[in-house]
Amino acid sequence: MVMYIVISIVLLSMGMVLVRAIKGPTMYDHILAANSFGTKTVVIIALMSDLIKDTMYLDIALVYALVNFIATIAILKYFKYQSLGKS
Amino acid sequence: METSDIIGNIFLIAGAFFIFTGAAGILRMPDFFSRLHPAGIGDALGLPLAMIGVMIHAGPGLITIKIAILVVFAMVTSATACHALAKAALISGVKPTGYISKNVDIKENQAFDKDKKAEI
Repeated sequence: MVMYIVISIVLLSMGMVLVRAIKGPTMYDHILAANSFGTKTVVIIALMSDLIKDTMYLDIALVYALVNFIATIAILKYFKYQSLGKS
Repeated sequence: METSDIIGNIFLIAGAFFIFTGAAGILRMPDFFSRLHPAGIGDALGLPLAMIGVMIHAGPGLITIKIAILVVFAMVTSATACHALAKAALISGVKPTGYISKNVDIKENQAFDKDKKAEI
């Protein structure tokens, strides 16, 4: 029961962050909200692994956290230099 | 309900509270630089507390190690991403609300004084 309440609260927080990701005035607001949304996705995947009692989901959460960080840095670098490195 | 379940539920509810607080701050704060602060709260307090709750529910084993690695990665990467975002925004010229540049202020004051003297 507590698990369902916690998952609902995290889903509500994801909705609130998504509003900021859609209407953020500057570009950095979009990136910040997308990063925070990814962190909440990691939390939800880990909670699901506890709910279903399946260890496999924790690996997915781990990979998702790393991909989220790389995506944030890559977007920032792309908008600063207009490329992702020497091609 | 066992004792470990109750303690894990307490940690889960604390984590959910901090995640909700961070999301409300991201939605309601007036400024980009002040929005970085609740984002850091959600990443650095909400996620580790919720993960500790899951860890206590699962008991000792491989799950504990995986969640510990996840928490360490999340705390390191969230701080780094926040710093990179703040520095990129500062370099690109995002201004906080209520920010008054000193140079502009002095020039405006001088112009205001000249006009005042001319009027007098």
